[in-house]
Amino acid sequence: MTVTEPKPSYKYVGTRPVRHDGLEKVTGRARFAADLNMSGQLHGIVVRSPHAHARIVSIDTSEAEAMPGVKAVITGDDFPAVEPGHRQYDMCINVIARDKVFYEGHALAAVAASTRDQAQAAAAAVKVEYEVLPAVLTIDQALAADAPVLHAHMMTAGANPPAEEPSNISNITRFSGGELDAGFAEADLVIEREFTTQPVHQGYIEPHACVADTGQDGHTTIWCSSQGHFNVRSSTATLLGWENTRIRVIPAEIGGGFGGKTTIYLEPLAVALSAKAGRPVKMVMTRDEVFRATGPAPGTKLRIKLGVKRDGTLVAGDAYLIYTNGAYAGPGGLLGAMTVFESYKIPNFEIEALDVVINTARSAAYRAPAAPLTAYAMETMLDEIAEELGIDPIDFRIQNAVTEGDPSTMGFPFARIGFVECLEAVRDHPNYKAPLGPNQGRGIAAGYWFNIGESSSATVNLNEDGTATVVTGSPDIGGSRASMALMAAEELGIDVYDIRPVVGDTEAVGFTDVTEGSRATFATGMAVVEACRRMVVELRGRAAKMMGVEVDDIDWVDGQAVYTGSDGDKAPLSVAEITAKAKRTGGPLTATGSLEAHGAGPGFAVHVCDLEVDPETGVVRVVRYTASQDAGTAIHPSYVEGQIQGGVAQGVGWALNEEYIYDSDGVMENPSFLDYRVPVASDLPMIDAIIVEVPNPAHPYGVRGVGETGIVPPIPAVANAIYGATGCRIRDLPMSPIRVLDAITSNGGSNGA
Amino acid sequence: MSRVHVTCTINGDPAEFLCDGGQTLLDALRDEVGLTGAKEGCGTGDCGACSIVMDGRLLCSCLVLAPEAEGTTISTVEGMASGDDLHPLQQCFLEGAALQCGVCTPGFLVAAKALLDRNPEPTETEIRYGLAGNLCRCTGYDKIVRAVQAAATQITATNES
Repeated sequence: MTVTEPKPSYKYVGTRPVRHDGLEKVTGRARFAADLNMSGQLHGIVVRSPHAHARIVSIDTSEAEAMPGVKAVITGDDFPAVEPGHRQYDMCINVIARDKVFYEGHALAAVAASTRDQAQAAAAAVKVEYEVLPAVLTIDQALAADAPVLHAHMMTAGANPPAEEPSNISNITRFSGGELDAGFAEADLVIEREFTTQPVHQGYIEPHACVADTGQDGHTTIWCSSQGHFNVRSSTATLLGWENTRIRVIPAEIGGGFGGKTTIYLEPLAVALSAKAGRPVKMVMTRDEVFRATGPAPGTKLRIKLGVKRDGTLVAGDAYLIYTNGAYAGPGGLLGAMTVFESYKIPNFEIEALDVVINTARSAAYRAPAAPLTAYAMETMLDEIAEELGIDPIDFRIQNAVTEGDPSTMGFPFARIGFVECLEAVRDHPNYKAPLGPNQGRGIAAGYWFNIGESSSATVNLNEDGTATVVTGSPDIGGSRASMALMAAEELGIDVYDIRPVVGDTEAVGFTDVTEGSRATFATGMAVVEACRRMVVELRGRAAKMMGVEVDDIDWVDGQAVYTGSDGDKAPLSVAEITAKAKRTGGPLTATGSLEAHGAGPGFAVHVCDLEVDPETGVVRVVRYTASQDAGTAIHPSYVEGQIQGGVAQGVGWALNEEYIYDSDGVMENPSFLDYRVPVASDLPMIDAIIVEVPNPAHPYGVRGVGETGIVPPIPAVANAIYGATGCRIRDLPMSPIRVLDAITSNGGSNGA
Repeated sequence: MSRVHVTCTINGDPAEFLCDGGQTLLDALRDEVGLTGAKEGCGTGDCGACSIVMDGRLLCSCLVLAPEAEGTTISTVEGMASGDDLHPLQQCFLEGAALQCGVCTPGFLVAAKALLDRNPEPTETEIRYGLAGNLCRCTGYDKIVRAVQAAATQITATNES
C-alpha cells in the first residue's frame, strides 16, 4: 500500500476483519431474491418480443387465461398510460411495451400461474399480432439519412440550431475550451484515430429476481435484488401510478450488479400480477432473458485527434464520440464527453458527443459508464505519441497529468487527487521492470472516474448491552457492511464485531439513493459517521448526567466518556455502562444521519498489463497484471483490492472476448455464458493491486469510491500490450483471436495511421 | 403428470422428495428439499453456481434431472461445515475476502472441495483449471485462488500432524 500523506492512526479503519455477512454467504444460508418463497406463491413469466422493431397490432390473452393454473395475465393496458415527456417515460415503456416493441426480448405481457411450467405454457399461448418494422441495428444505420426513426417524438436535445425533425439522435453534448485551431497550430505532432466497440453485458451471476405480495388493502411488499430499493419503490410507484407509501421494498442479498441493477425490469410486473391474482408472485429471469432484455453497456464509434509538442506537452484535443444506448435515450455520450480528456491538461479542446438509439436492449450503467471506451481511444493514442516522441509512457503521462487546481473539462478545479501518485506507484513497482519473454508485450494505461455523492441515510441504535446496530439504505454488493461497521467502530470506540451492520428496507431507514457511482462507502459512510457523531454527543450528555457534571467536562476517548473537569477523579464510563442506565438518563440511544454527500473525490488508476500473443492463433494470454488505484483511505483494504481486481477481470474480458452479436434481424446470437464468454479463473493470472492513499478532503476518513475506476484502464492496457507483443494497433473491440490474427497476418492490420 | 419419488442421501442424512420427471436436480434441491445454497446463474451448465457433488462427481445440478438422484449420495454447500466448525475452505474464503456479492461462493466452495479431495496439493494452474467451470464476476479470481491455496496448505498440515 502506498500512503502518500500522513494520516491519523486508526484503530479499526484500515484493518481487515471478516465481513459480518460472510458466514451466511459461505454456508449457503444467505438469502438472495430467488431463494425466497411465500406461502401460496405463484410464478410469473414475461412474454417477450421476438422482433427487434415492430408495432403491436393486438394482444390476445384469452387462450392463456383459460389454461390450467393461470391466475393472472397482464399487458401494457393494465398500467396507466404514459406519454412522451413523462419523467420516466423510457423506463415505463421499457418495463412493459405499449404500442411498439423496440428490441428482441422487449417485455409486452406477463402471466402468473401456480407453477413455472404452467406460466411458461400460458406465456407461449399469448397471441401477439405484430407489424414488423425495419430494424436499426448499428450507429451507421441509425444516422443514415433514410433511417427509420424509432421514436416519433425524439427531437435531439442539445442540437444547435434546434432540431426540427425527429431523429435517432437523442442528445448532443458539446464541451470546449481554449482555441482548438490555435492549439493544433502549435503542435509538432498531430494524430487522429478511429475506434469501434460493441455493447457488452455486466454479467452479474445472479439473474434479476423478485417476489411481490400485494394485499387487499392495496399495499404491496417487494423482496428483490437491486442496487437501490428506494429506486425500485419509486420506479414501481411511477409505473403503477401509486403513492410510494403503498410499496415496501425489502432488499434481498444481491448477486452482483455493476450498474445493471440500478434500474428495474420485473418488479412492477410482479406487483400488477400479484394485485390481479390476489397472491404473491415470484419472478426470476433466465440467463437468456438477462442477456436479451437487460443492461448492456453502450457500443461506440469514437474519433479523436490529438496535438502535442515535441517536448511532450499536449496542446490540443478534438473528440467526436457516438454512443448507442440501445432503444432509448441514454447518457453514454454525455459521460464519454465528461471523461475523454479529463485526466490530462489539454488547454485547447472541443468535444462533440452523440447519443444514438438503435433497436437493441436499453443500456444500463456498467461500472464507470462510458469511461473505459474513451480511455481505450485516448490511452492507446497517448501510447503511440509517447513512442513517436521517444518518451517513457509513464513520464509522458506524468508530464500531462491533471493535479490539484487544474480545471476539469467542465471548468471546475480538481481538489486533491492522486493521479500522479498512481503513475509513480506503478513505475516504482518491480513488475514494471520484470523481463518479458518471446511474443510478450507490456501495456500501460490510466483511467479516471469522477465518482458521485447523492443522498444517504443511516441510523445507529445502541443496544442494552453496549453493542450497536448500524442500519443503512445501501445494498451491500461487495463488502460495504464491513466498511460501515469499521467507520462506526472507529467513531464510537466499540469493537467492530460488536457492531451489526444492517441494510434496512424502505420503511426501516431514511431515503438512500442507489448504490452507484462508487458512492456507498463514501456517501453512506458519511451518513454513518454523522449518525455516530450525534450519538457521541448524546453519550456524553448521558454520561454527564450519570456523573452529575457538566457535559462540557466530558470527552469521548476510545469508546469511553472521560471526565476532564477539576472536580476530582471520576471513573470513565463505557458505552455498555451508559446504555445499561439509559432508562434513567433519557431513554433509548438512537441517532440518525441523513445527508446529500458532496465532494466525491475523483478516482484515478494506472494499470500495467503483460501478455503473450500466440502468433499462430492470435490467442492472447495475460501473464502478469499490476493495478494501482487511489482509494483515498482504504477502509477495508481487502475489499478495495477486490474491487480493483474485479474491475481488471471485467476489463480484460471486455478487451479480449466480450461483445453482443446480433443477426441481420437484430436477434441476439450469443445469449449464454458459453457463447458470450466472460473470463474464467484459467484465463487470468494473479492481479497485483496497489492501493494508493491520497485522502479525499471532503470525507471524514478521506474515502474515495473505488468500485468503478478499476474497469477503466484494462482495455487500453491490453491493447497497448498487444502492440508491444505484435507491433499491431487494434482499434476495434473485442481484440478476439481472429482479429489479432488478422492484424498479425495482414502485416500490421489497422496498425499505423 | 404423476410425481416421481426419489430417495437419496443429502449431506449425510437420508432424504426423500417428490419431483416432476422433467425437473432439474437444482430445482428439486431448492424447491422440494429447501436447500437454496446452490444457485441458478444460467441453467445451462456454464456458470457452476449450482455445483454439487453426486456419488463423488462434481457436477452442475442444473444439468441433472432430479429423478437421476435416486439412490445417490449428494453433498451441497450446506453440508460443508461440521456443526459450528467451518471447513477450512470456508474459513479461508472468509479470512481472505474471497467473496464479494457471494452468489457464486457456494459453487466455488463445492468445486474447490472436490478439487482438494482429488488433488490435496494443487499448483496455482491446477486450481485455476480446476475452478474454470465456475464463474465469478466480482473478484477477478485472485483472492479465490489464494483462499484455495491457503486451505490446501492448512488441510495438508492438519493431515500430517
